Amino acid sequence: MTIVPRKTPMREQPPAERIRNFHEVPLGYTPEEAVQEAKRCLQCKRAPCIQGCPVNIKIPQFIRRIAEGDFRGAIRKIKEDNYLPAICGRVCPQEIQCEAVCTLGKKFEPVAIGRLERFAADWEYEAGVEIPPPGKPTGFRVAVVGSGPAGLTCAAELRRYGHEVTIFEALHEPGGVLVYGIPEFRLPKCIVTQEVENVRRLGVEIRLNVVVGRTVTVDELFADGFHAVFVGSGAGLPRFLEIPGESLVGVYSANEFLTRVNLMRAYLFPEYDTPIKVGRRVAVVGGGNVAMDAARTALRLGAEEVMVLYRRTEAEMPARAEEVHHAKEEGVEFHFLVNPVRFLGEDGVLRGVECVRMELGEPDASGRRRPIPIEGSNFTMEVDTAIIAIGNSPHPLIPRTTPGLEVSRQGTIVADDLGVTSREGVFAGGDIVTGAATVILAMGAGKRAAYAIDRYLREKYGRKGAG
Amino acid sequence: MAKILKTKEICTNIWEFIIEAPLIASKAQAGQFLILRLHERGERIPLTLADWDPEAGTVTLVVQAVGKSTREMVERFGEGDEIRDVVGPLGLPSEIKRYGTVVCVGGGVGIAPIYPIARALKAAGNGVVTIAGARRRDLLFWLDKLDAVSDELIVTTDDGSFGRKGLVTEPLRELLEAGRVDKIWAIGPAVMMKFCSLTASEFDVPIVVSLNPIMIDGTGMCGVCRVEVAGETKFACVDGPEFEGDKVNWDLFLARLAMYRDLEEKALEAYRATTEERL
Ligand SMILES: Cc1cc2nc3c(=O)[nH]c(=O)nc-3n(C[C@H](O)[C@H](O)[C@H](O)COP(=O)(O)OP(=O)(O)OC[C@H]3O[C@@H](n4cnc5c(N)ncnc54)[C@H](O)[C@@H]3O)c2cc1C
Ligand SMILES: Cc1cc2nc3c(=O)[nH]c(=O)nc-3n(C[C@H](O)[C@H](O)[C@H](O)COP(=O)(O)OP(=O)(O)OC[C@H]3O[C@@H](n4cnc5c(N)ncnc54)[C@H](O)[C@@H]3O)c2cc1C
Ligand code: SF4
Ligand code: SF4
Ligand code: FES
Repeated sequence: MTIVPRKTPMREQPPAERIRNFHEVPLGYTPEEAVQEAKRCLQCKRAPCIQGCPVNIKIPQFIRRIAEGDFRGAIRKIKEDNYLPAICGRVCPQEIQCEAVCTLGKKFEPVAIGRLERFAADWEYEAGVEIPPPGKPTGFRVAVVGSGPAGLTCAAELRRYGHEVTIFEALHEPGGVLVYGIPEFRLPKCIVTQEVENVRRLGVEIRLNVVVGRTVTVDELFADGFHAVFVGSGAGLPRFLEIPGESLVGVYSANEFLTRVNLMRAYLFPEYDTPIKVGRRVAVVGGGNVAMDAARTALRLGAEEVMVLYRRTEAEMPARAEEVHHAKEEGVEFHFLVNPVRFLGEDGVLRGVECVRMELGEPDASGRRRPIPIEGSNFTMEVDTAIIAIGNSPHPLIPRTTPGLEVSRQGTIVADDLGVTSREGVFAGGDIVTGAATVILAMGAGKRAAYAIDRYLREKYGRKGAG
Repeated sequence: MAKILKTKEICTNIWEFIIEAPLIASKAQAGQFLILRLHERGERIPLTLADWDPEAGTVTLVVQAVGKSTREMVERFGEGDEIRDVVGPLGLPSEIKRYGTVVCVGGGVGIAPIYPIARALKAAGNGVVTIAGARRRDLLFWLDKLDAVSDELIVTTDDGSFGRKGLVTEPLRELLEAGRVDKIWAIGPAVMMKFCSLTASEFDVPIVVSLNPIMIDGTGMCGVCRVEVAGETKFACVDGPEFEGDKVNWDLFLARLAMYRDLEEKALEAYRATTEERL
């Protein structure tokens, strides 16, 4: 067998064109390209890639089916372990997960596992999605708080066990970060809509515009006859730098900026009612996916210059490699070892940002070298928009309104690997437990919690169920 | 979806809406608000819960038509129509307890949100003096409702066309000078709340204001509603909307309120054009 050293390239919108629209950047494989790429897989016996995937997708098996042209078989195999392959194939940080440990990757480029997963999922949408039958009705009712990847996966899985499920979502559209955070050009909203539709077709009821903790409390859900509650409320609270000038007009949290554009479709203003303003020179503070999304969105809204300010170096950036690459291609400028210390304004409006240069010191708790400010190295940059993308914290509303729910110092709900919390009948998973993490980890947590909920219900009420 | 049961223009350009929202009505407390989105392309607009009836499952909103969305609401949404999304109750309730004598100041459309607060304060055993102010006589409403929950009702108009001529701060100052006041609530235009706060500070009497910054989600997720209170950043939608008025950074608040003024005008123009097409 001859080894093909490089991944089969995926067609993309050229940079000059795509920075003027919000359409998806990578265009996907054709069936021929997918088969060609699938054939690169060595079908390793001990398949390290499976261990690299947080939900242990049977990677060689689905890839073999693609190589054989059995696309239906491939997607079935993937869906044994992952409900949202069209999403994970697009947004998983493959380079530190499945593809990081691919045998082929030791000498050459790894197999493009994510792209193949995406291909199989997109193929299924064209060909028609199979909805697995729900389990035999148990009569148990479970409430799921939040419709992000954790909540959606938990709900779908609970239906397989035969429980009745209602999702309660605070916003007017389901999907969590998938709809309000990750932009259209990286994850088209129609894909999220379809995935949500599939969850509905499984028989899950989704109630929008219900803020748990305000409209109803967790205690009231139990009083209303729910037998268990899963909390997948995410880490939606934007962090600020806590430096002077942060409330000047022109300083956004990334959440505000992205919510206006994604959830409220501000890029279609005034056809849609919610406005957005982006100036000529934009500074984005941070180095993760959120920062890349904000920077690339600002470009698409017409900013002339977009600068990412990151306090460490490129090597420490937590963003997916592909997003950094795309951002560079599109002309986003990167300023490393730089940290803002003050926003400068005139009449309440942002005019510039004062920064300090940094150097890397000893590794900190996360194992990354800690950035230290270099005294006297301050300088100012003229900007009219700044977007703070330094991370999100867990939302305190549910912990605050749910007696007996243990919370960590960071504000996350304390739960074990199966989502079991300190409060009987209440389970939790996703970003609300881990702090801001990834889509696939949130899904995995939702799935394990569904298993734990099923076990809890049967142990507590007996095998026969509630009915 | 929330059905509109009743609409009525209660004074020039200010409308009362009664809508079906049983979950919100069963939970509502004075000081809280909801967010609604009229239709698929609409923005999310925060409106105070001005009244509610848990038995009937309805809430009452009072809307001043100022820009695109509020105009569209009063012009194109009538009895029997459905509002696409309604979420609430949001924000922390007013801290209602027995303070002694409380002055409730409502200015302009702020007369509506002050009503349930005055009612709750009265029910909690306070002496309630309400000051309702507007620019002109035809901008006043709900005086009978306010009267029913107040020990004393003082009405002012800028031009003297009804009640006392002058600003709400004048009777407020007189009451403070008479030394009768233990606590103040003030809701209205930002400038009015600012001057009420300055007046209250002079007499060292605590004042609560209800801030109405620009909002999107209303659940603490976006941070657009941030305000500076006592030097700290707070999110009005979850930490408020009520704050101690003497500790608010008003200049910053006013600057942030005007953030989108040019685009708001553009939205209104685009809306007007569609109205003309319809005619
Ligand atoms: C801009 C951005 C880009 C990202 N890019 C990537 C990426 O490329 N790859 C990747 O793997 N990860 C990425 N992430 C992280 C990933 O999106 C999250 O880790 C994941 O969405 C967490 O899922 P979740 O279900 O726990 O929470 P969320 O997706 O946050 O969903 C929580 C849901 O709960 C709702 N909710 C909250 N409180 C309540 C309440 N009280 N009542 C009712 N509903 C409530 C919220 O409205 C929300 O819909 C990104 C995140 C952001 C913000
Ligand atoms: C917690 C809260 C409670 C509120 N309660 C009520 C209420 O009970 N009744 C009511 O009529 N309005 C209330 N508002 C204000 C209302 O939400 C805004 O008037 C509305 O969103 C304006 O939308 P628009 O598209 O019609 O106008 P826009 O086009 O957005 O604005 C038109 C004009 O109004 C000004 N404006 C915009 N937003 C506000 C605001 N938040 N406050 C004051 N002026 C503003 C703009 O600067 C502009 O000059 C409340 C706001 C908040 C945050
Ligand atoms: S879900 Fe993510 S980690 Fe798992 S195989 Fe797919 S792309 Fe790789
Ligand atoms: S490690 Fe790589 S080559 Fe081996 S089975 Fe997995 S994907 Fe194929
Ligand atoms: S409105 Fe978004 S955080 Fe308050």
